[in-house]
Amino acid sequence: MTTSDGLLAATIREESGRLVTALYRRFGDFDVAEEAVQGAVAEALVAWRRDGEPRNPAAWLTTAAQRNALDLLRSSGRRARTAERLAAGSDDVAPGADEVAAIDPDDRLPLLFACCHPALAPEARLALTLRAVIGLTTPQIARAFLVNEQTLAQRIVRAKRKIVATGIELKVPEEIHDLDARLTDVLAVIYLAYNEAFVASTGSTHDRDLGADAVWLAEVVARSLPDQAEAWGLAALLRIQHGRAAARFTPTGDLVLLRDQDRSLWDASAFKQAGEHLARAASLHSPGRLQLQAAIAMCHAEAASWADTDWLQIVTLYGFLIREDASPVVRLNGAIALAQFGPEQTEIALRDIDRLADELAGYHLWHATRAELLRMLGRDDDAAAADTRALELTTNDAERRLIQTRLRKHPLTDGS
Amino acid sequence: MKYVLMFTSDPAQLASVSEEDAQAVYGKIYACFQENGAVITDSGAELQPIDTATTVKHGGVVVDGPFNEAKEVVGGFSVIDVPDMDAAIALAKTWPHLEFPGVAVEIRPMVEDYSQFE
Repeated sequence: MTTSDGLLAATIREESGRLVTALYRRFGDFDVAEEAVQGAVAEALVAWRRDGEPRNPAAWLTTAAQRNALDLLRSSGRRARTAERLAAGSDDVAPGADEVAAIDPDDRLPLLFACCHPALAPEARLALTLRAVIGLTTPQIARAFLVNEQTLAQRIVRAKRKIVATGIELKVPEEIHDLDARLTDVLAVIYLAYNEAFVASTGSTHDRDLGADAVWLAEVVARSLPDQAEAWGLAALLRIQHGRAAARFTPTGDLVLLRDQDRSLWDASAFKQAGEHLARAASLHSPGRLQLQAAIAMCHAEAASWADTDWLQIVTLYGFLIREDASPVVRLNGAIALAQFGPEQTEIALRDIDRLADELAGYHLWHATRAELLRMLGRDDDAAAADTRALELTTNDAERRLIQTRLRKHPLTDGS
Repeated sequence: MKYVLMFTSDPAQLASVSEEDAQAVYGKIYACFQENGAVITDSGAELQPIDTATTVKHGGVVVDGPFNEAKEVVGGFSVIDVPDMDAAIALAKTWPHLEFPGVAVEIRPMVEDYSQFE
């Protein structure tokens, strides 16, 4: 990604959600608003690269999006009269770009909550959020998540149609009980955006850094809902993970496990920021899953090496986390931490992991983790068999290469 | 906006509910309609049991039974008029029958804009 592409991406990210919101408020048509901004983003990607970034990129985008919105409204016969009335400048028309742009940054939140509405299919929530709220184009999303562009486009069209047809309003729930439940959905979508980007960030270069976009969005939410501890928890968690991103892959795109990462590549300033987010979360005295995950990630971030890691702290935190979220993947990760204490604990951890067989036998990391623990216990043949199974289940190239390397180092000796 | 709430249940699962519990919920349903009278229009209905259903199929064939073979059946519907989807969801969540297994409320927005035919 070049610097100018970075600036372009940052501008689009900053302006897209606000513009969709502003155009929706002005024209009352969510589909038109979203489509108009998408069009403007696509035009910007071409024009700014060709002609250089305009003097006022935000105003450029606003003008383009407004023009697109009016074109869209005019071209749909049913709404033609409305568009002309609005364009002619009658009473309920916002006068110009300045007014449309002068929306409070928090105004992205109602849009975000609508895009993550529980009435939408989970995969549609993610796609729509990336498009409408942070201005990714459909091809960019399709590339980042390795999905078929046409399928993705249909998913987005259906989600938008549902928002319009079912009367999902762009709003943040007022009742605290509703807000808690809905915020959980919103944070889950942002977390998913980050994780998907994290896993897929091998090989092909992208013109946007989706990981950074997800961190940014998590922080927008936290700042806008400053009393929500879990929002700060997610912001901290993603900051930490993103702060380690540079060490996660070799220059040739091979995956490097946490234990083997070159910690000098980690971004200490990201951890500092995450620490501030976590302190903010802790001051709200409302612990939760994401805060605990962030606290665990922080233990790793602060350790000078894998061996120097405060495993006791981590195992304790996993104890709390499993109380909040006893999902098999959390229990799997808790077992990995426990295994670091010595052979006896490794045995216990392996038994814990084996108990998850029913739920995780189809998950490549369950087999890969078993392989690691078996190897720690000197059971190399069992380990190789587990790695072989992990390899069969892995679809991600970087992960495949990692397991293949491991298998080359420790081949099966019994020929099975 | 107007929405249809379709009250559905799985008769097989409801069979395990005691008569006493069922009566208690009917009382709550009555109260629920009273409380939400302002947004529930008069056009709803409670339907006779599914074994009364008759279906006319493509070609005019008349058959005994419901239109599909799903185990869930529609037991009634209400038309509500509320500001938005969140209000519709909030109302649906208060449906007393939901305390029984296999019960669900489907929310469908009504087509209200016929301007394309004008």
